Amino acid sequence: MKRNTYLVLGLLGFAALLTSCGNGNQGKGSSGALNSSNAEKVYVAPGEHDEFYAFMSGGYSGNLTVYGLPSGRMFKEIPVFSQFPTSGYGYSEETKPMLNTSFGFVPWDDSHHPDISQTNGELDGRWIFINGNNTPRIARIDLQTFETAEIIEVPNSAGNHSSSFITENTEYVVAGTRFSVPVPQADMPIKDYKGNFKGALSFISVDPEDGRMDIKFQILMPGFNYDLSHPGRGKSHGWFFFTTYNTEEANTLLEVNASQNDKDFIAAINWKKIEEYVNNGGGTKMPANYAHNVYSDETHTATSTMVKEVLTVDPTKIPGAVFFLPTPKSPHGCDVDPSGEYIIGNGKLSADLTVHSFDKMIAAIEGKKFDGEAYGIPILKFEDVLAGTVKSGGLGPLHTEFDGEGNAYTTFFISSEVVMWKLGTWEVIDRKPTYYSVGHLMIPGGNSRKPFGKYVVAMNKITKDRYLPTGPELEHSAQLYDISGGKMELIYDFPTHGEPHYAAGIPAELLAPKSKKFYKLADNKHPYATLGAADAKVVREGKDVHIYMSTIRSHFTPDNIEGVKVGDKVYFHITNQEQDFDVPHGFAVIGANTSELLVMPGQTKTIIWEPKQVGVWPFYCTDFCSALHQEMQGYVRVSPASSNIELSWSLGD
Amino acid sequence: MKKASLLMIIGPLFLLGLFAFPLWNIMLGAPQYPEPLGMNIHITGIQGVSEFDLQNIDGLNHYIGMKTIPKPGEMWEFNIFPMVIIGMVGLGVLIGLLGFFGKVGYRWFLGWFLLMSILGILGMYDFNVWLTDYGSNLDPHAIIKVVNEDGTPMTYKPPLFGNQKMLNFDVTSLPSTGGYMMFVGMTLTVVASYLGWKSKKSEEKQGSKEAVAA
Repeated sequence: MKRNTYLVLGLLGFAALLTSCGNGNQGKGSSGALNSSNAEKVYVAPGEHDEFYAFMSGGYSGNLTVYGLPSGRMFKEIPVFSQFPTSGYGYSEETKPMLNTSFGFVPWDDSHHPDISQTNGELDGRWIFINGNNTPRIARIDLQTFETAEIIEVPNSAGNHSSSFITENTEYVVAGTRFSVPVPQADMPIKDYKGNFKGALSFISVDPEDGRMDIKFQILMPGFNYDLSHPGRGKSHGWFFFTTYNTEEANTLLEVNASQNDKDFIAAINWKKIEEYVNNGGGTKMPANYAHNVYSDETHTATSTMVKEVLTVDPTKIPGAVFFLPTPKSPHGCDVDPSGEYIIGNGKLSADLTVHSFDKMIAAIEGKKFDGEAYGIPILKFEDVLAGTVKSGGLGPLHTEFDGEGNAYTTFFISSEVVMWKLGTWEVIDRKPTYYSVGHLMIPGGNSRKPFGKYVVAMNKITKDRYLPTGPELEHSAQLYDISGGKMELIYDFPTHGEPHYAAGIPAELLAPKSKKFYKLADNKHPYATLGAADAKVVREGKDVHIYMSTIRSHFTPDNIEGVKVGDKVYFHITNQEQDFDVPHGFAVIGANTSELLVMPGQTKTIIWEPKQVGVWPFYCTDFCSALHQEMQGYVRVSPASSNIELSWSLGD
Repeated sequence: MKKASLLMIIGPLFLLGLFAFPLWNIMLGAPQYPEPLGMNIHITGIQGVSEFDLQNIDGLNHYIGMKTIPKPGEMWEFNIFPMVIIGMVGLGVLIGLLGFFGKVGYRWFLGWFLLMSILGILGMYDFNVWLTDYGSNLDPHAIIKVVNEDGTPMTYKPPLFGNQKMLNFDVTSLPSTGGYMMFVGMTLTVVASYLGWKSKKSEEKQGSKEAVAA
């Protein structure tokens, strides 16, 4: 069977060769007969490991998925902003606080732009950050446990889209608002938007030791839409760049009304200057209300704290802190090359890319060559800061990444292609179609000083006929290009989950050795943990019944419980006693109005069960844990509310 | 004889390695254990190769009704063996020193080696008895009862030396660092005995030559 597959793949490869040769002089794109085994390039043999991890945002799934490159195999879906019944995230008592916000419990979000922590501009693989777009939040995911460790809500923000990008020593994770709103929120006519709404750009500090986030300051910018952003690096470290659109400040039919200005802006923010201003007591403390949710690997429990104050900064009060760089045609992506010199504005309504020069920008600022101002913020002259224009021949540029070899790769949504071009000369080197309508693209380390320029992953918005059809709704498609040969070669195509916007890739060797295998039971500080089967018990506190239950292959302790009554609130606190890699136990009980629990070795998780009917009701392990998994079950006897049966519990009696 | 005596002092000291390193090692690998579980047998007790290996081996063994791996206090051997080793090291060094000052001869060296060998064989015999009991004295209520082709219950005695397939596990049992150090130390005492014997012989030759000359 396998041999047949090889044969078919081989024949297909051969056919592809013939086709490309048939294209005559266009065949320059193919890199020769001996180098054309694309199947080999993506083939990761059974038991072998991929070279890279790829973390793809889930978009409207609210989560983050983990893939291997080049195989395109999915390893895990990490629940972040959305409830995830598979593990009980957002359902278990321990994880519900993770999804707490100033709007109450918000069980879903739209996750967009993952970014991996850096040291000296290079990936260090400690954490990955991602933004929730709808109810503005930033999450930090621990890359030892691959679990969400912290979520902080961002006040004064709406449509948290120009996020979550980090500075080159992970000093800050930055979150900008896409929708400007009244700050503070107010009951006012929508048509009074212009001049009254504000766009908050939040700089969230990251503790270098434990990664804890804290909103250091918010810059209250004019009421434009802040679309995307990227940090300066190397010589431009200390600056942050945001694309804007709707500098018209339209509040209705933006499709037309926000596309009138020939140029919008890239906002250049000297955050070091603002940080200094704030450290010297600058800024205004403003009342606020936002949630800060932190998960502990020791208590296996999240806590949610409401924060009541945020420090805001008026950028016009800090001379030299903020400038506008005119950029044509409603720029979307805002990308900075590995050297920190070039700032690329991807003008989504144009054919061309605008590249600004950091050095020229500094010279123009020093020469005070301004072209007016907007709301007190100096506007630099377009010609003074322009490094060059890429005449791409494509349509609808969205995002650019870099390979570290002096090349840039830009996605074109409308013409559905990736264009490879050279930094400095702006000449187009290669172009390859995508299937179809590509949004973001990713090169591992592409948002750092040191990209690993071996592959480009294109994340497409439209799938159509790429895979076997599955009714009207399809997964999105991704394409993998090999860029190691100086050109782009499409080598693979795989479906992705949710709607990946951005992604972040990192060499596997930087993460795999640190990946945690299980939690130590001895370190479990959960208040309802059962650290040994001897400690299993059932405790009644009024109507609340707490069941301290332990699991080990292949039984629950206790597995027979009597004395529970209709109207009780039963807490199943499940502690997995296993201390081995990949031996989770699951827990489910009939009629629970919640999800299952999937409990990792050494962990404790809790669900609430409110029995409504008298009877003897079973519970069981949902994860095929062992040869006797089917025997891993138990019963709870539920008596009428008026019953006086005493609580009792047992195993093996 | 001085060289032989020095070797006789050094050789027994190698046995002290048994206090730092395991005597024996048993590894259990299976399809679902790409990283095998392992036991290190020290003279003071049994330890897991990785932190939770013993717990996991016990967890697996409960299916087939094996007893849990004994803790140091549960086997007299783990109290006696260290004392025997200390005693033998002391005795060996003492013999070496006496040899160095010409008080005893190579026969004492060889005697120490033979005594150590007998004790070693007794130790191995005892270890094998324990392995047999551990592997065949099974709980009659075991969850999984496997019978051999002839209908007798399958036993799970790990091999004393070498490799054996047991159900889904490949079990490998070999001496470990401490054991190898003991073998090296004992070999040194044999060399010491040989050198002692050689120098004695040459002394005798010398003596008889002198006698002839006289």
